[in-house]
Amino acid sequence: MARSGFPAPSSGALLIAPPAIYALALLALPLAGVVALSFFTQDRLVIDTAPTLANYREAAAGAIYRELLGRSLGIAAAVTAVTVILAFPVAYFVSFHVPERRKSLWLFLITIPFWTSYLIRVFLWKVILGFNGVVNETLLNLGLIDAPIQAILYNPTAVVVTLAHAFAPFAILPIFVSLEKIDRSLLEASRDLGEGAVRTFVRVTLPLATPGVTAAALIVFIPVIGDYVTPRLVGGPGGLMIANMIQTQFLRLNNAPLGAALAVISMASVTVIALGFVLLARRLSRGAG
Amino acid sequence: MGRRTLAAYAAVYMAFLYAPIALLPIFAFNDSTVIAFPLDGATTRWFAALTAEPELRGALVNSLLVAAASSALATLLGICAARASTRHAFRGQRAIMGGIMLPLVLPEIIVAVALLVAFIQLGLGIGLWAVVAGHVLICTPFAIAILSGAFGALDPAMEEAAQDLGAGRWEAFRTVTLPLVMPAVISAALISFIISLDEFIIAFFLTGAEPTLPVYIWSQFRFPAKVPVVMALGTILVGASVVLLIVAEVFRRRGLSRSGRRDAGGFL
Repeated sequence: MARSGFPAPSSGALLIAPPAIYALALLALPLAGVVALSFFTQDRLVIDTAPTLANYREAAAGAIYRELLGRSLGIAAAVTAVTVILAFPVAYFVSFHVPERRKSLWLFLITIPFWTSYLIRVFLWKVILGFNGVVNETLLNLGLIDAPIQAILYNPTAVVVTLAHAFAPFAILPIFVSLEKIDRSLLEASRDLGEGAVRTFVRVTLPLATPGVTAAALIVFIPVIGDYVTPRLVGGPGGLMIANMIQTQFLRLNNAPLGAALAVISMASVTVIALGFVLLARRLSRGAG
Repeated sequence: MGRRTLAAYAAVYMAFLYAPIALLPIFAFNDSTVIAFPLDGATTRWFAALTAEPELRGALVNSLLVAAASSALATLLGICAARASTRHAFRGQRAIMGGIMLPLVLPEIIVAVALLVAFIQLGLGIGLWAVVAGHVLICTPFAIAILSGAFGALDPAMEEAAQDLGAGRWEAFRTVTLPLVMPAVISAALISFIISLDEFIIAFFLTGAEPTLPVYIWSQFRFPAKVPVVMALGTILVGASVVLLIVAEVFRRRGLSRSGRRDAGGFL
């Protein structure tokens, strides 16, 4: 902790040192280690450190890796779209229609399910979507179907539903924050100038909420790529994702270098898509403004 | 869309959010080994069966140790970072804070793989301590988010007044600032504890032969007969988490009101 006598800038540097060193030693350097490992090869337990592109060649040549990565990016994009679109009206409702003193209660209620046992929540989606599950029983009892639908579990759609549930607060909170920042008099001005409710929403509210929507999309899209629990429990063989393959390479097949290469490729793809998305969102919001 | 349509939609959405947690106790008390409808009458035998699980006790102790250590370290690092970023300007501030907050968006499997590679290559092996190392990384950003709210709202004049009256820097921080942000510190520690207790992906890669509670739960999913017992365990865990969350929220709000700021709402 800073002692007396230090000028402000250096005591700031002194304070930030422990968390910064921690992040450097246990995040930045290990990540660099993963990148390095992806250029090595492994024979059983022995790592050969002669640099090679063999892992990247194998990853590019293997149809299974391409399929898993493509599917993962597709699922992540679908999860992002579904989560943000479903979340937006809720964030809008809490920001514009819930009384000021009730807002933090609503946000607290939205975050509670997010903090409770992740594994068991995912498992319960298997129960909800399953053959004898809640969805099928309800539809049967309502007489809407004659036999249970088998198509709702063990496929990519089940993965999307489960992940849209898991990441809900990540989408709602950034959108809520950006909606809260909107100066309400701008909306009144728009209405006074003769714009309808819909046009005011499209031309004023939505462009001003773009930073929140962009943040929500990124904070959902990037981590979803790394989930292997949801695909394993509800995805079935056709719903597995690249993280399942990375996990298998590291923990079962003892081919850490190939796993590292797959991890690097996944992160690179996600980063490129995320950057493209940010640029697009910026251009769109500028065009609207 | 009208106000009532939106309210109805929000209600349906909340039902969607709470559906899994609402079903959990139903299956925990359901007298059937099959986790499906229709239900077969009530029983408490799955809760009784928990006491007969020898590995469960060990996993619970492991998880509590890991969560306590991760929470303490993440909160300490969080205090440093939150105070540094709200009260001081330093070189490379944005980049450094960005790096510290990065695990918030980084996929957990990437953190897990990176630490696994590093610890194995350094010959350190893996174990519960390695899980703590990973959990501190992912808990610290949440601790910083909570603590920055409290530190940022604090009037620097208070600490300066203490120094003008003769207190040293550290003394002024300890006797004036720390008590004012204490509620946020407790809130950050509790949230970090809950995150660590519930974290599976990093723990699965780094725990080695000593399972944490989520790793134990994952292993039980392989045995269909064990699933009702897991539902009972889950019910207890969810109950405990909700209690801790309510305590954390009460402290977070107290911290904000103590430093004289309107509640902006939400942990994130």
